[in-house]
Amino acid sequence: MADVKKGDKKELLLVDDLSRTQIVQYAGASGDYNPLHSDDKFTTEVAGYPSVFAHGMLTMGMTGRIVTDWFGVESLQKYGVRFVKQVFPGDTLTATAEVIDVRDEGGTRVADVSVTTVNQDGDAVLTGAATVRLA
Amino acid sequence: MGIERFPVEAGHILLFARAIGDTNPAYAGALSGDAVVPAPPTFVQSSAQFDPDYFLRPKPGEPWFGSGKNATGKVSSGGGGGGGGGLHAEQHYEYHQPLRAGEILTGTEVPGKTWEKEGRRGGKLLFSENVIEYRNAKGELVVTARGVGVRTEKVVEQGS
Repeated sequence: MADVKKGDKKELLLVDDLSRTQIVQYAGASGDYNPLHSDDKFTTEVAGYPSVFAHGMLTMGMTGRIVTDWFGVESLQKYGVRFVKQVFPGDTLTATAEVIDVRDEGGTRVADVSVTTVNQDGDAVLTGAATVRLA
Repeated sequence: MGIERFPVEAGHILLFARAIGDTNPAYAGALSGDAVVPAPPTFVQSSAQFDPDYFLRPKPGEPWFGSGKNATGKVSSGGGGGGGGGLHAEQHYEYHQPLRAGEILTGTEVPGKTWEKEGRRGGKLLFSENVIEYRNAKGELVVTARGVGVRTEKVVEQGS
């Protein structure tokens, strides 16, 4: 990690053609069984959305991998995101991460990294940032 | 509301990593027998599993607002936005020390802010913050989670 510098960038395909079943899988693992994510009848007829959609936290979970693959799971100090747009079944999501700054924080070298996840139309669905320890 | 006991288990980490499509072998300790199994960054979201009263989990003998015979099994939950608890707008984590299988956490809710904003299509957007501090058995802070939820002022109409 010694050679990490501002402007370094990575891209990662997170999911191609997101399935309803993966959304259900996330509901089961996370314990968030909100029918908006698995129950098309409720979601279209009662809630008024075009179909079920992914938990924001599924997108955040998938996106985290671009940072942990790059810097290691236990290097993370902070990870925060905004959910910009809903993610629907059939979406293909790609994440990019870019080193915004490399700095010293109390004797530890850290990097601030921006993350953005876009769908197949190039629209951002998630934007955020992470801080990682480099040493 | 808080989480009194959130055991971080290797099997649960494996299932969670599968659900987010993360094939990092570090998360598969339940299969490989690795002694050290780190939790993925968003894993504490699954503390909901250990909240006995979590409102987004169906419970035996209680009406559920998702569909069964009818499109909804319940009249309005009053949430607006058509779901339980509105929509998730932001999520932020701070990691104070590594989280690994074998830890037993508690989750304590600390007061968060609330604020309003005018929506683009008219109507107020009501934001509320939810902060949970996860501590290990020694009482040390492991992860701080700050979520921001948003509800629309207009409640989605329900069939009677």
